[in-house]
Amino acid sequence: MHILVCGGTGCHASSSNLLLENLKEQVDENELSGEVQVIATGCFGFCEKGPIVKMVPDNTFYTQVKPADATEIIQEHAIKGRQVTRLLYKDPVNKETISDSRKMGFYKKQIRIALRNCGLINPENIDEYIAADGYIALGTVLSGMTAEQATKVMIDSGLRGRGGGGFPTGIKWDIARKVEADQKYVVCNADEGDPGAFMDRSILEGDPHSVIEAMIINGYCIGADHGLVYIRAEYPLAIERLKIALNQAREYGLLGKDILGSGFNFEIEIRYGAGAFVCGEETALIHSMEGHRGEPTFKPPFPAQSGYLGKPTNVNNVETFANIPVIFNKGAEWFASIGTEKSKGTKVFALAGKINNVGLIEVPMGTTLREVIFEIGGGIKDGKKFKAVQTGGPSGGCLTEKHLDTPIDFDNLLASGSMMGSGGMIVMDEDDCMVSVARFYLDFTVEESCGKCTPCRVGNKRLYEILDTISKGKGTHKDLDKLRNLGDVIKDTSLCGLGQTSPNPVLSTMDNFWDEYIAHIEDHRCPAGQCKELIHYTVVEENCVGCTACARNCPVNCIAGERKEIHFIDQSICIKCGACLEKCKFNAISVS
Amino acid sequence: MSAIKIRLKENDLQQLKDVCRSFNNQEGELINVLHKAQGIFGYLPAEVQEVIARELEVSVARVYGVVTFYSFFTMVPRGRFPISVCTGTACYVRGAEKVLDEFKRLIKVPVGETTPDGKFSIAGLRCVGACGLAPVVLVGDKTYGRVAPDGVKKILKEYDDK
Repeated sequence: MHILVCGGTGCHASSSNLLLENLKEQVDENELSGEVQVIATGCFGFCEKGPIVKMVPDNTFYTQVKPADATEIIQEHAIKGRQVTRLLYKDPVNKETISDSRKMGFYKKQIRIALRNCGLINPENIDEYIAADGYIALGTVLSGMTAEQATKVMIDSGLRGRGGGGFPTGIKWDIARKVEADQKYVVCNADEGDPGAFMDRSILEGDPHSVIEAMIINGYCIGADHGLVYIRAEYPLAIERLKIALNQAREYGLLGKDILGSGFNFEIEIRYGAGAFVCGEETALIHSMEGHRGEPTFKPPFPAQSGYLGKPTNVNNVETFANIPVIFNKGAEWFASIGTEKSKGTKVFALAGKINNVGLIEVPMGTTLREVIFEIGGGIKDGKKFKAVQTGGPSGGCLTEKHLDTPIDFDNLLASGSMMGSGGMIVMDEDDCMVSVARFYLDFTVEESCGKCTPCRVGNKRLYEILDTISKGKGTHKDLDKLRNLGDVIKDTSLCGLGQTSPNPVLSTMDNFWDEYIAHIEDHRCPAGQCKELIHYTVVEENCVGCTACARNCPVNCIAGERKEIHFIDQSICIKCGACLEKCKFNAISVS
Repeated sequence: MSAIKIRLKENDLQQLKDVCRSFNNQEGELINVLHKAQGIFGYLPAEVQEVIARELEVSVARVYGVVTFYSFFTMVPRGRFPISVCTGTACYVRGAEKVLDEFKRLIKVPVGETTPDGKFSIAGLRCVGACGLAPVVLVGDKTYGRVAPDGVKKILKEYDDK
């Protein structure tokens, strides 16, 4: 029996490492080490209910397991063969208990290609990756294909870059392959910066060898013998696992000189990012790797012509790389048979926000937003009403109810005024104010703009200021015109992808939630009850029973009232934190 | 450059030179050198940047430009217990802003600064990818998940006698 314990960052933060220790201890104490193996795996994706423990082979799926539950799992499940019912997953809709993960709504519709090994293998053990068909693709390519043939497989598969741009990967490789140079480079972009997207981190934590294998294949195809992984310094666990994987690959002769006796050499080193969103842009990333400020430069020349240290460089993102070994193992045709006409394969999305099942999912291109949010995601938290879903991070837009049945692929999302981006999906409910959300994204863009070109540096700052004015109820109709004009100019004239997309959250919320902007301007009212300057909390006298819950939880003590008496909020002190509303069980606090 | 003036001890200077040497004093390794230096000193005061510039044979302006460009590098010392509130979107829609406000109110310093006793500093943190636990707060290496504004007091209390 194998006991798989999630060792991803999310579950780590909920003490999964302690749980792992306890389980191992219990196994030893009960002298089960011959039959039961406890393994730390990568992310299962179901972060909402972490830490996750999965029992193999019977697929029992335990959720929200605490370190103290280890004894019961071993005593009951491992020894007596009885499931620990209280730790099983309960469907939030029909309250049914489900023990087999394959039958859970969250997993049923998923097809896992990039995430195939996450949650299944021990990422710190290369043998487990090899047992899961790892490095077979590399063998196939090195032993029987020319660079041109292997590149053709990539072109035929139709794989498009998963980092945001959606450029066909095979064509990118082909361009780099055809450039003549004495030295070329392969770069893996692991500077995942979209707030709310964490698939690259999970892949590196859960299946680092798949990325390494693909980078070597990439090197063979374009004629590079040197690879670099540019990774965020904020991802310590991913860095550690990647380092372990690189060392193991070297020991096995899969990196270094004369790989698998083919005469091909390849080495990979790690470069650290230092917290700059713009470094996700490939030219900025290359400058950062050279030790400079991460400012983008104009393309052309493309990195494939002149990249790292002025040499031809191919940059792909982590998720793109993770798809590649499978494409070689199962064939380009197989991959191209999944997805839509112009977007092949699957896409990993990070579901977050006001959704029941926060986590990482992988679905075929062409799956609808409704399937993702309501079937896999389990619907909106606390039975609230769906309002919008923000895709593509700070560069994307907000999609609404009317987009729910649109099949998700690169082109459909663009046509709806948003974009695929790296796959972040933030779900919002009726309590979220769209003006505030747009302002939040602009705040991010202003902070992260590198300042090189004027439209992005100055324009976004102005956009932010106008949104701030509107959210304070001081905006005018003229401001709305300004937002739109300025937004269009920034999109048209910015140097890189950051500025070219930064007005999207504003423009898309204006398109889809025009009434909300008008309410802020004409009625000085925030319909969602979020904009601090426009709301106040009051006690609904007929509902107040004097339980004192609000007064006890008020951080500034601005609520007065004795037990069993009607309470009163002093507006002059209130900081509008909303704690009273959250704590009141009698609907006796209203926002107006 | 920085308001804080320090004098590097001979020992520190040597350590810094060793770091530069471990990267062959190569200009292209500047960011790696800065990562290591911040790991040693906890922050990157002007004096440290000057030494690095000299060792790698680049201008101080170049070093300063890189330090101020990346949010990971800081020129002021952080508190003994640096508080980071995740400001990613998932945390934002689950109320991170209110949590940050409450921290600011209780420790009485704005974002990016350190309390006068050097105990706490507060900063917004870029998405850590633990969106299942939103809103997320880090104090040092310890992670707190699903933090509500009224839970902030309790978190700070844990550090009362430290």
